[in-house]
Amino acid sequence: MADDDCGETIRELEAFLDDELSEETRSQIHEHLDGCVDCLQAFDFEAELKAVIRRKCSNDEMPPGLVAKIERCFDTDFDGDGIIG
Amino acid sequence: MASSDTFAEQAMEFAPQLYSAALRMTRNQADAEDLVQETYLRGFRGFHSFQEGTNLRAWLFRILTNAFINKYRAKQRRPIETDLADVEDLYLYRRIGSLESAATGLSAEDQFFDLFTDDEVKQALEDLPENFRLPVILADVEGFSYKEIAEMLDIPIGTVMSRLHRGRKAMQRALYEFAEARGLVQHTPDPVADG
Repeated sequence: MADDDCGETIRELEAFLDDELSEETRSQIHEHLDGCVDCLQAFDFEAELKAVIRRKCSNDEMPPGLVAKIERCFDTDFDGDGIIG
Repeated sequence: MASSDTFAEQAMEFAPQLYSAALRMTRNQADAEDLVQETYLRGFRGFHSFQEGTNLRAWLFRILTNAFINKYRAKQRRPIETDLADVEDLYLYRRIGSLESAATGLSAEDQFFDLFTDDEVKQALEDLPENFRLPVILADVEGFSYKEIAEMLDIPIGTVMSRLHRGRKAMQRALYEFAEARGLVQHTPDPVADG
């Protein structure tokens, strides 16, 4: 596989993993990855990293009482205009 | 037109996600709680302008992002537009991608990534300057599209892409430094910086 193709493929890596490519570009990249272990490993690594970031940055416990505080917004007239909210 | 009761019913399921994103944005619990409450209050008041059938989750995140920018940028004299040092592409992969069993005793990449603690990954994200942090939170943690992020932040799609690219590389560098500090990898001189 020509180095040019690898460079081009790596340049599209993020948009590929973000699912932002046209069908055509996407299939060109799949085609390249099928025959290029180097690029495939890089793609797998970045995909895994992205999944890890998502998993580890979205697991915070909500403080107790926050839901109750939010729900209070739904039945309080905050600005005294006679209208809830 | 969407009714207020509907809002209370439908919007609460997104509270945990909004809270996590708010924590990454504000970097502390008290401000994150305030921000989430503010988001629900604004959402509740503005729900008549929400078009039913469109994406309620994206609508709420847009409110959250705007509330964050207005509230926390208001504290600054001017918006912080910080730049980041240039980091090479595939920074982390080039340094730890081939380690696998050799240095860690683990074979699969996902096992290697388990060596980064939750706190380290959160820290690496939260340490990004705000103009890079917001796109990375919205794309990598919340899974929004470039177009949705461009609308939320009111910046062009090309800017979203370049900030994501640079923000992600800076995060990789921060993660590498954590790995290095814990002795998971040997120090490798930076070929660019050290010559």
